[in-house]
Amino acid sequence: MGLAMALVVAVFTVVSVYIFWARIWWFPVDISTHGAAIDHQFHLTLIICGIIFVLAQLGLAWFAWKYRDNGDTRKVTYSHGNNKLEATWTIAAAILFIGLNLMGYQSWADTHFTGAAPGALQIQVQGQQFYWYFRYPGPDGKFGPTHVEKVDDAIGNFYGLDREQDSASEDDIVTATLAVPVNRPIELILRSKDVTHSFFVRELRLKQDTVPGMEIPVHFTATEEALKHNGGRYEIACTQLCGLGHFRMRAFLQVMTEPDFEKWLHDQAAMQ
Amino acid sequence: MAEAYAEEVHQHEEPTGFIRKYIFSLDHKVIGKQYYFLALFSVFVGMILSWLIRIHLVWPNAHIWGLDKLSSVGAPGGAMTPEYYLSLLTLHGTLMVFFVLTTAPQSGFGNYFLPIQIGAEDMAFPRLNMLSFWVTFLGLAVLVSTFFVTDGPPIAGWTSYPPLSAVGSSSGPGEGLGQDLWVISIALFCIGSLLAALNFIATTLELRARGMSLMRMPLTCWSWFITAILGLLSFAVLFAACVLLFLDRVGGTSFFIPGGLIVSGKVMNHSGGSPLLWQHLFWFFGHPEVYIAILPGMGVTSHILSCFSRKPIFGYKVMAYSIMAIGFLSFTVWGHHMFVSGMSPYTAFTFSIFTMAIGVPSAIKTFNWLGTLWGGRIRYTTPMLFAMGFVSLFVTGGLSGLFLAQPPLDVYLHATYFVIGHFHLVMGVAAIFGIFAGTYFWFPKMFGRMMSETLGKIHFWATFIGVYCIFMPMHFLGIAGNPRRYSMFTDNFLVPLMPVHKFMTIAALLTGAAQFIFLFNLFWSVFKGEKAPANPWQATSLEWSIPSPPPFDNFGGKHPVVYHDPYEYGVPGASKDFIMQDSPEIVAASGD
Repeated sequence: MGLAMALVVAVFTVVSVYIFWARIWWFPVDISTHGAAIDHQFHLTLIICGIIFVLAQLGLAWFAWKYRDNGDTRKVTYSHGNNKLEATWTIAAAILFIGLNLMGYQSWADTHFTGAAPGALQIQVQGQQFYWYFRYPGPDGKFGPTHVEKVDDAIGNFYGLDREQDSASEDDIVTATLAVPVNRPIELILRSKDVTHSFFVRELRLKQDTVPGMEIPVHFTATEEALKHNGGRYEIACTQLCGLGHFRMRAFLQVMTEPDFEKWLHDQAAMQ
Repeated sequence: MAEAYAEEVHQHEEPTGFIRKYIFSLDHKVIGKQYYFLALFSVFVGMILSWLIRIHLVWPNAHIWGLDKLSSVGAPGGAMTPEYYLSLLTLHGTLMVFFVLTTAPQSGFGNYFLPIQIGAEDMAFPRLNMLSFWVTFLGLAVLVSTFFVTDGPPIAGWTSYPPLSAVGSSSGPGEGLGQDLWVISIALFCIGSLLAALNFIATTLELRARGMSLMRMPLTCWSWFITAILGLLSFAVLFAACVLLFLDRVGGTSFFIPGGLIVSGKVMNHSGGSPLLWQHLFWFFGHPEVYIAILPGMGVTSHILSCFSRKPIFGYKVMAYSIMAIGFLSFTVWGHHMFVSGMSPYTAFTFSIFTMAIGVPSAIKTFNWLGTLWGGRIRYTTPMLFAMGFVSLFVTGGLSGLFLAQPPLDVYLHATYFVIGHFHLVMGVAAIFGIFAGTYFWFPKMFGRMMSETLGKIHFWATFIGVYCIFMPMHFLGIAGNPRRYSMFTDNFLVPLMPVHKFMTIAALLTGAAQFIFLFNLFWSVFKGEKAPANPWQATSLEWSIPSPPPFDNFGGKHPVVYHDPYEYGVPGASKDFIMQDSPEIVAASGD
């Protein structure tokens, strides 16, 4: 039985390590300027956890076999523990875990402690059961006010804009696709119309809940890499349970060159 | 702390009628079994729900026999609707977290064995104990009743985030009466757990036998004691949160609902509330809850590893202190569930540091378990196999926590299958392995008969291999970005992952089927198992010093006196390879 335990644990450990090593199922391409730091931190954590994982599991497997009761006259090692050992692994674990955490500090600070770069293109993102809508401020650079009573999905007024009364709303552009120019800082302002949703683009390494009653800013810059894959088109998934259609709440991020983006925005403006 | 003795006679007479003996019993042993069987019912319902969930994910159009009888709306013709998928998912999570993982290890085994292991005749407050159980039972009945509500059980998940869970049926099917009943059920569960927690704390502090100092308690007692403190502090908060949510739903208040919401085209008549407030309150409960589920499993594992390695637990004091450290730190980490919630990113980093810190006492426990095996003579009984399985699963599930504890990594992994893999391994199946280990270990004491070791071992191997096949691939799905709580995988990037999902579903069906071996073994052994001696495992703690099953007042009118530490195995020079805690034998080499 000890041998079986040792073998099962060892085989499981080796297979798991192999699948991580071979990256059979892995992250999608990274298309953001901040993603590399996150991926690096993931790999660092994976290596450290991987070493602990292998040592602990193989230790268990080895002891399971070596210390099985095989009927001989060997006496057990009568021991209540060892304070030096306890102190050693406590300190080692504390340094390792806290240290690992601090190494990830910078990438969190870069994306969350500082706002978007000056001159970033602002886009409002609205989550609602079960769609995403995006609002660009138009040539005046200002988002018009929203009015709850004006919201009417049937006529496409998802934000509740009053284009006749509010001059700032007049040139606002509302779309169902999130188009962004490459290499330009983007600031998304996330809001929700009904319940909590979550905005997730895997390739941007970006996820943020959209919370009713809050406007939450996030920022990113898409790199040239974005244009090299999938025609620059990436899925936006909802990752906060929002009701029966949660699984089909999605939209697309379209990364474009600057001239393509200007043309696209112009075309969208014409359709409002 | 001054030593307390249990000198009083049993506070209640042995009942003779069926109802007072088996239904409204005051006996902690009967109540412990009642909790155990309540959890057993819940775990099988929860497991069958997980089968339905897994089948729907990979064969969304499958017609499942009998499902349309349960809900003709939720599964017309037997094929599940997306909303019914969410209903079943919500009930799966709620049943498993509350009525299984919180119930069996603490209220089930704790009720039965805490008084006996500390040498008491019953819990401190037997009537409160009965009330705790029946309130919990009522909570379960209310939860199960949501199956029969017209528009189905709630769809908001076991975390029930508002506004989805707060604005009523306009946010989706199941969000009317079903969600009301969910809130009532959980509030009742909170009351039952609070009463039980008081009872556990009072019992541990007041009813220990002569010689049973705190530092002579088996580690199981330490884990039940600390778990009770966690329960007392955290269920109070969840109860308050449930009251507020209920008021938002039916009383027109706006604790969790901000102004200007438009749900299903209707402007909601609420203003000023905060959805994040619920998340803070919920997770202030929810994170200690993880440890409420796992600490008793750690206690059982320590107890069993020492017994079947035939040597003392490695670092008893450090083990007891690390239970306390985990208990304390568990109240400082709730925000790690909220890194992407819109909470301040500065607080996120604080929560992150504490979360990494809680890994330290967890790592210490793992080292000490390995230290206990080191140099032992391992007897491969079924409880020992499950205890070793616990260690393996705890390591695997715990390590993925180090990824999720880091905000920059959690931004990607949050709400993906990586999280599902993590918590199912560490607080789900590891805790379940603790329950299995406890069941195989204590069954002889509880029922006076042995369980079949052959069936037990088949059950272990099928389950151990099976759970890894189900939950390990979830990490890979999470790394590929697969979101949780999707009833179908229609996104382009999810389609290539379907073979992994199919593998997991097949593994889940097989592993689930193996649990019926356990169920058969359990009930067959109650009636047909070999008669159990008082101490079949040659163990040291007090429950093994009395007959199997124990008499009504546990110690037959005697007051046990404790002379030894709880894990005196393999003491050089002793007459046997173990010294029971109440044995007057004096051995120079022992650690007492």
